[in-house]
Amino acid sequence: MTEGARAVDIAALAGVTVDYPGRGRALGPFDFAIGAGEIVALVGPSGCGKSTALRLLAGLELPGGGAVKRTAGRGETSVVFQSPTLAPWRSASANVALPLELAGASRGEGRARARAALAQVGLADASEARPAQLSGGMAMRVALARALVTDPRLLLLDEPFAALDEITRRALADDVLALWAKYRPAIVFVTHSVEEAVYMASRIVVMTPGPGRLAAETRTDSPAPRPKGFRTTPAFRGAAEAVSDQLALAMAQPR
Amino acid sequence: MNRLADRLAPWILIGLLLAGWEGACRALAIPSYRLPPPSAVAAALIANAPLLLASAWNTFAMAMIALALASFVACTIALAASLSNPLQRAVGPLAVALQVTPVVALAPLIQIWAGIDHPKAAVVALTAVVAFFPIYSGAVAGLSASDPDLERLFDLYGATPLQGLAKLRIPSAVPFLLEGHKVAVGLSLVGAVVAEFAAGSGGSQGLAWRILEAGNRLQTARMIAALVVLAMMGGALHAAFSALERRLLARWLGR
Repeated sequence: MTEGARAVDIAALAGVTVDYPGRGRALGPFDFAIGAGEIVALVGPSGCGKSTALRLLAGLELPGGGAVKRTAGRGETSVVFQSPTLAPWRSASANVALPLELAGASRGEGRARARAALAQVGLADASEARPAQLSGGMAMRVALARALVTDPRLLLLDEPFAALDEITRRALADDVLALWAKYRPAIVFVTHSVEEAVYMASRIVVMTPGPGRLAAETRTDSPAPRPKGFRTTPAFRGAAEAVSDQLALAMAQPR
Repeated sequence: MNRLADRLAPWILIGLLLAGWEGACRALAIPSYRLPPPSAVAAALIANAPLLLASAWNTFAMAMIALALASFVACTIALAASLSNPLQRAVGPLAVALQVTPVVALAPLIQIWAGIDHPKAAVVALTAVVAFFPIYSGAVAGLSASDPDLERLFDLYGATPLQGLAKLRIPSAVPFLLEGHKVAVGLSLVGAVVAEFAAGSGGSQGLAWRILEAGNRLQTARMIAALVVLAMMGGALHAAFSALERRLLARWLGR
Protein backbone atom coordinates (compact mmCIF):
# COMPACT_ATOMS: atom_id res chain seq x y z
CA MET A 1 0.00 0.00 0.00
CA THR A 2 1.38 3.38 -0.95
CA GLU A 3 1.17 6.52 1.12
CA GLY A 4 -1.55 8.01 -1.06
CA ALA A 5 -3.78 4.94 -0.95
CA ARG A 6 -4.12 5.01 2.83
CA ALA A 7 -7.70 5.96 3.69
CA VAL A 8 -7.08 8.08 6.79
CA ASP A 9 -3.69 9.14 7.98
CA ILE A 10 -3.70 9.80 11.70
CA ALA A 11 -0.31 11.41 11.51
CA ALA A 12 2.42 11.80 8.92
CA LEU A 13 5.93 13.15 8.64
CA ALA A 14 6.90 14.43 5.19
CA GLY A 15 10.63 14.92 4.63
CA VAL A 16 11.13 16.16 8.17
CA THR A 17 14.58 17.13 9.45
CA VAL A 18 15.66 17.92 13.00
CA ASP A 19 18.98 19.57 13.82
CA TYR A 20 20.27 20.22 17.31
CA PRO A 21 22.68 23.09 17.79
CA GLY A 22 26.18 21.79 18.34
CA ARG A 23 25.24 18.19 17.63
CA GLY A 24 24.28 18.45 14.02
CA ARG A 25 21.49 16.60 12.30
CA ALA A 26 19.55 14.18 14.49
CA LEU A 27 16.87 13.06 12.07
CA GLY A 28 15.97 12.96 8.43
CA PRO A 29 15.00 13.75 5.92
CA PHE A 30 12.44 11.18 7.05
CA ASP A 31 9.05 10.15 5.71
CA PHE A 32 6.54 8.31 7.78
CA ALA A 33 2.80 7.86 7.99
CA ILE A 34 0.42 5.91 10.13
CA GLY A 35 -3.23 5.14 9.40
CA ALA A 36 -6.11 4.75 11.82
CA GLY A 37 -5.92 1.62 13.94
CA GLU A 38 -2.52 0.59 12.60
CA ILE A 39 0.39 -0.65 14.74
CA VAL A 40 3.74 0.45 13.35
CA ALA A 41 7.11 -0.31 14.92
CA LEU A 42 10.05 2.05 14.47
CA VAL A 43 13.27 0.08 14.66
CA GLY A 44 16.78 1.43 14.46
CA PRO A 45 20.11 1.67 16.24
CA SER A 46 20.55 3.93 19.26
CA GLY A 47 20.76 7.58 18.32
CA CYS A 48 19.01 7.22 14.98
CA GLY A 49 16.30 9.69 15.97
CA LYS A 50 13.45 7.27 16.73
CA SER A 51 12.42 9.16 19.83
CA THR A 52 12.77 12.46 18.00
CA ALA A 53 10.40 11.18 15.32
CA LEU A 54 7.96 10.20 18.05
CA ARG A 55 8.12 13.66 19.63
CA LEU A 56 7.40 15.19 16.23
CA LEU A 57 4.36 12.95 15.86
CA ALA A 58 3.23 13.99 19.34
CA GLY A 59 3.64 17.67 18.50
CA LEU A 60 6.10 18.05 21.36
CA GLU A 61 8.81 19.26 19.01
CA LEU A 62 8.82 21.10 15.69
CA PRO A 63 10.89 19.97 12.71
CA GLY A 64 13.60 22.17 11.25
CA GLY A 65 12.41 21.28 7.76
CA GLY A 66 9.59 19.28 6.15
CA ALA A 67 6.04 19.01 7.41
CA VAL A 68 4.18 17.23 10.19
CA LYS A 69 0.53 16.42 9.52
CA ARG A 70 -1.70 15.36 12.33
CA THR A 71 -5.41 14.67 12.28
CA ALA A 72 -5.38 13.38 15.83
CA GLY A 73 -5.76 16.50 17.95
CA ARG A 74 -3.91 17.36 21.11
CA GLY A 75 -6.30 15.60 23.44
CA GLU A 76 -6.34 12.54 21.17
CA THR A 77 -2.63 11.73 21.37
CA SER A 78 -0.95 9.91 24.24
CA VAL A 79 2.68 9.06 24.91
CA VAL A 80 4.28 6.40 27.08
CA PHE A 81 7.98 6.94 27.76
CA GLN A 82 10.75 4.49 28.52
CA SER A 83 10.34 5.13 32.25
CA PRO A 84 6.85 5.19 33.74
CA THR A 85 7.17 8.95 34.45
CA LEU A 86 4.67 8.94 37.30
CA ALA A 87 4.41 11.75 39.83
CA PRO A 88 5.63 10.13 43.08
CA TRP A 89 3.40 12.32 45.25
CA ARG A 90 0.24 11.11 43.51
CA SER A 91 -1.51 7.77 43.94
CA ALA A 92 -1.83 5.50 40.91
CA SER A 93 -5.38 6.67 40.23
CA ALA A 94 -4.42 10.32 40.70
CA ASN A 95 -1.60 9.83 38.19
CA VAL A 96 -3.96 8.24 35.69
CA ALA A 97 -6.51 11.02 36.25
CA LEU A 98 -3.91 13.72 35.53
CA PRO A 99 -4.65 14.20 31.78
CA LEU A 100 -8.37 14.51 32.57
CA GLU A 101 -7.68 16.99 35.37
CA LEU A 102 -5.52 19.10 33.08
CA ALA A 103 -8.34 19.11 30.55
CA GLY A 104 -10.70 20.46 33.18
CA ALA A 105 -12.54 17.34 34.35
CA SER A 106 -13.81 17.35 37.92
CA ARG A 107 -11.82 15.46 40.52
CA GLY A 108 -14.59 12.91 41.05
CA GLU A 109 -15.05 12.21 37.35
CA GLY A 110 -11.30 11.99 36.83
CA ARG A 111 -10.81 9.48 39.61
CA ALA A 112 -13.74 7.34 38.48
CA ARG A 113 -12.45 7.11 34.91
CA ALA A 114 -8.93 6.54 36.22
CA ARG A 115 -10.08 3.57 38.30
CA ALA A 116 -11.81 2.10 35.25
CA ALA A 117 -8.63 2.54 33.18
CA LEU A 118 -6.55 0.90 35.92
CA ALA A 119 -8.95 -2.03 35.92
CA GLN A 120 -8.33 -2.34 32.16
CA VAL A 121 -4.62 -2.93 32.79
CA GLY A 122 -5.29 -5.32 35.68
CA LEU A 123 -4.52 -2.89 38.49
CA ALA A 124 -7.99 -2.39 39.98
CA ASP A 125 -6.62 -3.11 43.45
CA ALA A 126 -3.66 -0.77 43.21
CA SER A 127 -5.49 2.48 42.55
CA GLU A 128 -4.53 4.02 45.88
CA ALA A 129 -0.91 2.75 45.82
CA ARG A 130 1.92 5.24 45.34
CA PRO A 131 4.42 4.73 42.49
CA ALA A 132 7.18 3.90 45.00
CA GLN A 133 5.14 0.90 46.15
CA LEU A 134 4.73 -0.50 42.63
CA SER A 135 7.02 -2.87 40.76
CA GLY A 136 8.52 -1.71 37.46
CA GLY A 137 5.93 -3.64 35.47
CA MET A 138 3.04 -2.33 37.55
CA ALA A 139 4.29 1.26 37.23
CA MET A 140 4.45 0.79 33.45
CA ARG A 141 0.85 -0.45 33.48
CA VAL A 142 -0.17 2.68 35.37
CA ALA A 143 1.57 4.75 32.67
CA LEU A 144 -0.33 2.75 30.04
CA ALA A 145 -3.62 3.36 31.87
CA ARG A 146 -2.82 7.09 31.96
CA ALA A 147 -2.20 7.01 28.21
CA LEU A 148 -5.48 5.19 27.55
CA VAL A 149 -7.73 7.14 29.91
CA THR A 150 -8.18 9.93 27.36
CA ASP A 151 -9.31 7.41 24.74
CA PRO A 152 -6.55 8.44 22.28
CA ARG A 153 -6.67 7.91 18.52
CA LEU A 154 -2.87 7.91 18.44
CA LEU A 155 -0.78 6.12 21.03
CA LEU A 156 2.98 6.70 20.94
CA LEU A 157 5.14 4.22 22.84
CA ASP A 158 8.81 5.18 23.26
CA GLU A 159 10.62 1.94 24.18
CA PRO A 160 8.12 1.42 26.96
CA PHE A 161 9.36 -2.02 27.99
CA ALA A 162 13.11 -1.45 27.66
CA ALA A 163 13.70 -1.30 31.42
CA LEU A 164 11.67 -4.40 32.24
CA ASP A 165 12.62 -8.06 32.54
CA GLU A 166 11.76 -10.45 29.74
CA ILE A 167 8.71 -12.04 31.39
CA THR A 168 7.14 -8.71 32.32
CA ARG A 169 7.98 -7.39 28.88
CA ARG A 170 6.12 -10.22 27.13
CA ALA A 171 3.11 -9.93 29.45
CA LEU A 172 2.90 -6.20 28.79
CA ALA A 173 3.24 -6.69 25.05
CA ASP A 174 0.23 -9.02 25.14
CA ASP A 175 -1.68 -6.51 27.28
CA VAL A 176 -1.01 -3.72 24.81
CA LEU A 177 -2.22 -5.91 21.94
CA ALA A 178 -5.36 -6.87 23.87
CA LEU A 179 -6.11 -3.23 24.61
CA TRP A 180 -5.46 -2.34 21.00
CA ALA A 181 -7.94 -5.04 19.87
CA LYS A 182 -10.54 -3.44 22.13
CA TYR A 183 -10.03 0.29 21.39
CA ARG A 184 -8.13 0.26 18.08
CA PRO A 185 -5.92 3.30 18.56
CA ALA A 186 -3.16 3.79 16.01
CA ILE A 187 0.09 2.83 17.75
CA VAL A 188 3.63 3.90 16.92
CA PHE A 189 6.02 1.77 18.86
CA VAL A 190 9.71 2.63 19.14
CA THR A 191 12.00 -0.26 20.03
CA HIS A 192 15.42 -1.62 19.30
CA SER A 193 14.28 -5.18 19.73
CA VAL A 194 13.52 -6.80 16.38
CA GLU A 195 11.55 -9.58 18.08
CA GLU A 196 9.38 -7.13 19.94
CA ALA A 197 8.75 -5.13 16.76
CA VAL A 198 7.67 -8.20 14.80
CA TYR A 199 5.53 -9.45 17.66
CA MET A 200 3.69 -6.16 18.15
CA ALA A 201 3.43 -4.48 14.80
CA SER A 202 1.70 -5.04 11.50
CA ARG A 203 4.31 -2.84 9.81
CA ILE A 204 7.96 -2.48 10.78
CA VAL A 205 9.88 0.60 9.68
CA VAL A 206 13.67 0.22 9.83
CA MET A 207 15.71 3.39 10.19
CA THR A 208 19.33 4.11 9.26
CA PRO A 209 21.88 5.15 11.90
CA GLY A 210 21.58 8.81 12.89
CA PRO A 211 20.58 11.04 11.28
CA GLY A 212 17.79 8.50 10.75
CA ARG A 213 16.18 8.02 7.39
CA LEU A 214 13.86 5.33 6.12
CA ALA A 215 15.91 2.22 5.38
CA ALA A 216 13.26 -0.44 4.77
CA GLU A 217 9.72 -1.41 5.57
CA THR A 218 8.21 -4.85 6.27
CA ARG A 219 4.55 -5.78 6.62
CA THR A 220 3.38 -8.72 8.68
CA ASP A 221 -0.17 -9.91 8.38
CA SER A 222 -0.33 -11.61 11.72
CA PRO A 223 -3.53 -12.12 13.66
CA ALA A 224 -4.13 -9.99 16.74
CA PRO A 225 -4.20 -10.85 19.57
CA ARG A 226 -1.27 -13.14 18.81
CA PRO A 227 -2.01 -16.85 19.17
CA LYS A 228 -0.13 -18.84 21.77
CA GLY A 229 3.27 -19.90 20.56
CA PHE A 230 3.29 -17.19 17.89
CA ARG A 231 6.97 -16.52 18.52
CA THR A 232 7.86 -20.02 17.28
CA THR A 233 5.83 -19.87 14.04
CA PRO A 234 7.63 -19.76 10.67
CA ALA A 235 5.83 -16.47 9.88
CA PHE A 236 7.27 -14.82 12.99
CA ARG A 237 10.77 -16.22 12.43
CA GLY A 238 10.74 -15.23 8.76
CA ALA A 239 9.69 -11.66 9.47
CA ALA A 240 12.19 -11.34 12.31
CA GLU A 241 14.98 -12.54 10.05
CA ALA A 242 13.97 -10.18 7.25
CA VAL A 243 13.92 -7.19 9.60
CA SER A 244 17.25 -8.23 11.13
CA ASP A 245 18.79 -8.36 7.66
CA GLN A 246 17.40 -4.93 6.80
CA LEU A 247 18.76 -3.55 10.02
CA ALA A 248 22.20 -5.05 9.40
CA LEU A 249 22.18 -3.60 5.88
CA ALA A 250 21.15 -0.17 7.16
CA MET A 251 23.92 -0.22 9.76
CA ALA A 252 26.52 -1.17 7.16
CA GLN A 253 25.68 1.80 4.93
CA PRO A 254 28.06 4.75 5.09
CA ARG A 255 26.52 7.71 6.87
CA MET B 1 24.50 -5.77 72.04
CA ASN B 2 26.58 -3.99 69.45
CA ARG B 3 23.82 -1.48 68.87
CA LEU B 4 23.73 -0.77 72.59
CA ALA B 5 27.48 -0.17 72.59
CA ASP B 6 27.08 2.12 69.58
CA ARG B 7 24.46 4.14 71.35
CA LEU B 8 26.38 4.37 74.58
CA ALA B 9 29.73 5.21 72.97
CA PRO B 10 29.28 9.00 72.82
CA TRP B 11 27.97 9.10 76.38
CA ILE B 12 30.90 7.08 77.63
CA LEU B 13 33.29 9.48 75.91
CA ILE B 14 31.51 12.49 77.40
CA GLY B 15 31.62 10.85 80.84
CA LEU B 16 35.36 10.17 80.52
CA LEU B 17 36.10 13.71 79.37
CA LEU B 18 34.06 15.18 82.23
CA ALA B 19 35.79 12.94 84.76
CA GLY B 20 39.21 13.92 83.38
CA TRP B 21 38.25 17.58 83.44
CA GLU B 22 36.97 17.39 87.02
CA GLY B 23 40.04 15.45 88.15
CA ALA B 24 42.46 17.84 86.46
CA CYS B 25 40.79 20.92 87.96
CA ARG B 26 41.06 19.47 91.44
CA ALA B 27 44.55 18.00 91.10
CA LEU B 28 46.07 21.14 89.52
CA ALA B 29 44.01 23.56 91.64
CA ILE B 30 43.01 25.61 88.58
CA PRO B 31 41.25 28.86 89.60
CA SER B 32 37.54 28.52 88.84
CA TYR B 33 37.28 31.86 86.97
CA ARG B 34 39.67 30.37 84.46
CA LEU B 35 38.30 26.84 84.23
CA PRO B 36 35.56 25.77 86.61
CA PRO B 37 35.14 22.01 87.10
CA PRO B 38 32.05 20.31 85.61
CA SER B 39 30.52 20.10 89.07
CA ALA B 40 30.61 23.89 89.34
CA VAL B 41 29.09 24.19 85.85
CA ALA B 42 26.32 21.78 86.86
CA ALA B 43 25.68 23.80 90.00
CA ALA B 44 25.52 27.02 87.95
CA LEU B 45 23.20 25.30 85.51
CA ILE B 46 20.80 24.31 88.28
CA ALA B 47 21.01 27.64 90.10
CA ASN B 48 20.37 29.64 86.90
CA ALA B 49 17.98 27.19 85.24
CA PRO B 50 14.92 29.50 85.11
CA LEU B 51 16.94 32.40 83.69
CA LEU B 52 18.81 30.20 81.20
CA LEU B 53 15.62 28.53 80.00
CA ALA B 54 13.91 31.88 79.58
CA SER B 55 16.92 33.11 77.59
CA ALA B 56 16.97 29.92 75.54
CA TRP B 57 13.31 30.44 74.77
CA ASN B 58 14.06 33.98 73.60
CA THR B 59 16.83 32.81 71.30
CA PHE B 60 14.67 29.96 70.02
CA ALA B 61 11.72 32.25 69.39
CA MET B 62 13.85 34.78 67.51
CA ALA B 63 15.39 32.01 65.41
CA MET B 64 11.99 30.55 64.53
CA ILE B 65 10.41 33.92 63.71
CA ALA B 66 13.41 34.66 61.50
CA LEU B 67 13.09 31.22 59.88
CA ALA B 68 9.42 31.78 59.09
CA LEU B 69 10.20 35.23 57.69
CA ALA B 70 13.11 33.92 55.61
CA SER B 71 10.98 31.02 54.36
CA PHE B 72 8.16 33.32 53.28
CA VAL B 73 10.42 35.82 51.53
CA ALA B 74 12.66 33.17 49.92
CA CYS B 75 9.76 31.08 48.61
CA THR B 76 7.92 34.12 47.29
CA ILE B 77 10.98 35.41 45.43
CA ALA B 78 11.86 31.93 44.14
CA LEU B 79 8.33 31.46 42.86
CA ALA B 80 8.36 34.81 41.09
CA ALA B 81 11.84 34.07 39.71
CA SER B 82 10.71 30.67 38.43
CA LEU B 83 8.07 32.39 36.30
CA SER B 84 10.57 34.72 34.70
CA ASN B 85 14.04 33.78 33.54
CA PRO B 86 15.37 37.36 33.49
CA LEU B 87 14.17 37.87 37.07
CA GLN B 88 15.88 34.65 38.17
CA ARG B 89 19.15 35.72 36.58
CA ALA B 90 18.79 39.16 38.14
CA VAL B 91 18.14 37.88 41.65
CA GLY B 92 20.89 35.22 41.61
CA PRO B 93 23.99 37.44 42.14
CA LEU B 94 22.19 39.51 44.79
CA ALA B 95 21.28 36.37 46.74
CA VAL B 96 24.87 35.17 46.56
CA ALA B 97 26.18 38.59 47.63
CA LEU B 98 23.89 38.48 50.65
CA GLN B 99 25.08 34.97 51.42
CA VAL B 100 28.80 35.71 51.29
CA THR B 101 28.61 38.91 53.34
CA PRO B 102 29.36 37.99 56.97
CA VAL B 103 26.28 38.65 59.07
CA VAL B 104 28.41 40.35 61.71
CA ALA B 105 29.38 43.00 59.18
CA LEU B 106 25.74 43.73 58.42
CA ALA B 107 24.83 44.09 62.08
CA PRO B 108 25.66 47.77 62.64
CA LEU B 109 23.69 48.76 59.55
CA ILE B 110 20.64 46.70 60.49
CA GLN B 111 20.88 48.09 64.01
CA ILE B 112 20.55 51.59 62.62
CA TRP B 113 17.54 50.58 60.55
CA ALA B 114 15.86 48.69 63.34
CA GLY B 115 16.53 51.48 65.81
CA ILE B 116 18.35 51.16 69.08
CA ASP B 117 15.02 50.50 70.84
CA HIS B 118 14.28 47.36 68.86
CA PRO B 119 17.18 44.98 69.40
CA LYS B 120 14.95 41.95 68.85
CA ALA B 121 13.89 43.24 65.45
CA ALA B 122 17.55 43.65 64.53
CA VAL B 123 18.35 40.10 65.64
CA VAL B 124 15.40 38.65 63.74
CA ALA B 125 16.32 40.56 60.59
CA LEU B 126 19.97 39.47 60.73
CA THR B 127 18.99 35.85 61.41
CA ALA B 128 16.55 35.93 58.51
CA VAL B 129 19.37 37.08 56.23
CA VAL B 130 21.37 34.00 57.27
CA ALA B 131 18.43 31.59 56.85
CA PHE B 132 17.34 33.06 53.51
CA PHE B 133 19.93 31.56 51.18
CA PRO B 134 19.53 27.78 51.73
CA ILE B 135 15.76 28.09 51.40
CA TYR B 136 15.99 30.30 48.32
CA SER B 137 18.54 28.15 46.53
CA GLY B 138 16.60 24.98 47.44
CA ALA B 139 13.39 26.49 46.11
CA VAL B 140 15.01 27.69 42.87
CA ALA B 141 16.67 24.31 42.28
CA GLY B 142 13.46 22.44 43.15
CA LEU B 143 11.24 24.54 40.93
CA SER B 144 13.38 23.68 37.92
CA ALA B 145 13.96 20.04 38.84
CA SER B 146 10.79 18.44 37.52
CA ASP B 147 11.09 15.32 35.39
CA PRO B 148 11.50 16.50 31.74
CA ASP B 149 9.29 13.66 30.50
CA LEU B 150 6.54 14.71 32.92
CA GLU B 151 6.95 18.25 31.58
CA ARG B 152 6.45 16.84 28.07
CA LEU B 153 3.29 15.09 29.21
CA PHE B 154 2.00 18.35 30.67
CA ASP B 155 2.73 19.98 27.30
CA LEU B 156 1.02 17.16 25.46
CA TYR B 157 -2.10 17.48 27.60
CA GLY B 158 -2.16 21.24 27.06
CA ALA B 159 -1.50 22.26 30.67
CA THR B 160 -1.62 25.99 31.37
CA PRO B 161 1.47 27.60 33.00
CA LEU B 162 -0.48 27.83 36.25
CA GLN B 163 -1.35 24.11 36.12
CA GLY B 164 2.27 23.31 35.40
CA LEU B 165 3.32 25.29 38.45
CA ALA B 166 0.65 23.96 40.82
CA LYS B 167 0.59 20.33 39.71
CA LEU B 168 4.17 19.74 38.62
CA ARG B 169 6.82 22.30 39.54
CA ILE B 170 5.80 23.08 43.11
CA PRO B 171 5.20 19.40 44.03
CA SER B 172 8.55 18.50 42.42
CA ALA B 173 10.22 21.16 44.57
CA VAL B 174 8.98 19.75 47.88
CA PRO B 175 12.02 17.52 48.63
CA PHE B 176 14.35 20.45 47.86
CA LEU B 177 12.30 22.76 50.07
CA LEU B 178 12.43 20.30 52.96
CA GLU B 179 16.20 19.99 52.61
CA GLY B 180 16.62 23.77 52.38
CA HIS B 181 14.55 24.33 55.51
CA LYS B 182 16.49 21.67 57.41
CA VAL B 183 19.77 23.43 56.64
CA ALA B 184 18.20 26.82 57.41
CA VAL B 185 17.04 25.68 60.86
CA GLY B 186 20.57 24.94 61.98
CA LEU B 187 21.83 28.18 60.43
CA SER B 188 19.06 30.24 62.01
CA LEU B 189 20.11 29.22 65.51
CA VAL B 190 23.74 30.06 64.76
CA GLY B 191 22.56 33.25 63.10
CA ALA B 192 20.43 34.24 66.09
CA VAL B 193 23.35 33.85 68.49
CA VAL B 194 25.79 35.71 66.24
CA ALA B 195 23.22 38.44 65.63
CA GLU B 196 22.62 38.77 69.36
CA PHE B 197 26.33 39.18 69.97
CA ALA B 198 26.58 41.77 67.26
CA ALA B 199 23.35 43.67 67.62
CA GLY B 200 21.51 42.38 70.61
CA SER B 201 22.76 44.60 73.44
CA GLY B 202 20.84 43.77 76.60
CA GLY B 203 17.44 44.10 75.07
CA SER B 204 17.22 40.77 73.32
CA GLN B 205 17.80 38.72 76.51
CA GLY B 206 18.82 35.60 74.61
CA LEU B 207 21.45 32.99 75.40
CA ALA B 208 24.20 34.99 73.70
CA TRP B 209 23.51 37.84 76.06
CA ARG B 210 23.79 35.47 79.05
CA ILE B 211 27.18 34.34 77.78
CA LEU B 212 28.42 37.92 77.33
CA GLU B 213 27.06 38.99 80.68
CA ALA B 214 28.59 36.07 82.59
CA GLY B 215 31.88 36.59 80.75
CA ASN B 216 32.02 40.26 81.72
CA ARG B 217 31.58 39.28 85.35
CA LEU B 218 34.12 36.45 85.11
CA GLN B 219 31.37 34.01 86.13
CA THR B 220 32.91 31.34 83.95
CA ALA B 221 30.76 28.48 85.29
CA ARG B 222 27.60 30.40 84.31
CA MET B 223 29.11 31.13 80.95
CA ILE B 224 29.74 27.45 80.27
CA ALA B 225 26.29 26.56 81.61
CA ALA B 226 24.76 28.89 79.00
CA LEU B 227 26.92 27.25 76.33
CA VAL B 228 25.70 23.82 77.42
CA VAL B 229 22.09 24.93 77.12
CA LEU B 230 22.83 26.37 73.67
CA ALA B 231 24.50 23.16 72.49
CA MET B 232 21.64 21.02 73.80
CA MET B 233 19.08 23.24 72.15
CA GLY B 234 20.98 23.13 68.87
CA GLY B 235 21.23 19.34 69.02
CA ALA B 236 17.55 18.93 69.87
CA LEU B 237 16.48 21.31 67.13
CA HIS B 238 18.64 19.59 64.54
CA ALA B 239 17.39 16.14 65.55
CA ALA B 240 13.77 17.27 65.56
CA PHE B 241 13.95 18.89 62.13
CA SER B 242 15.91 16.01 60.61
CA ALA B 243 13.28 13.55 61.83
CA LEU B 244 10.50 15.83 60.58
CA GLU B 245 12.17 16.16 57.18
CA ARG B 246 12.61 12.39 56.87
CA ARG B 247 9.00 11.72 57.76
CA LEU B 248 7.56 14.38 55.49
CA LEU B 249 9.78 13.29 52.62
CA ALA B 250 8.82 9.63 53.04
CA ARG B 251 5.17 10.65 53.08
CA TRP B 252 5.51 12.88 50.06
CA LEU B 253 7.31 10.25 48.00
CA GLY B 254 4.98 7.50 49.24
CA ARG B 255 7.71 5.34 50.70
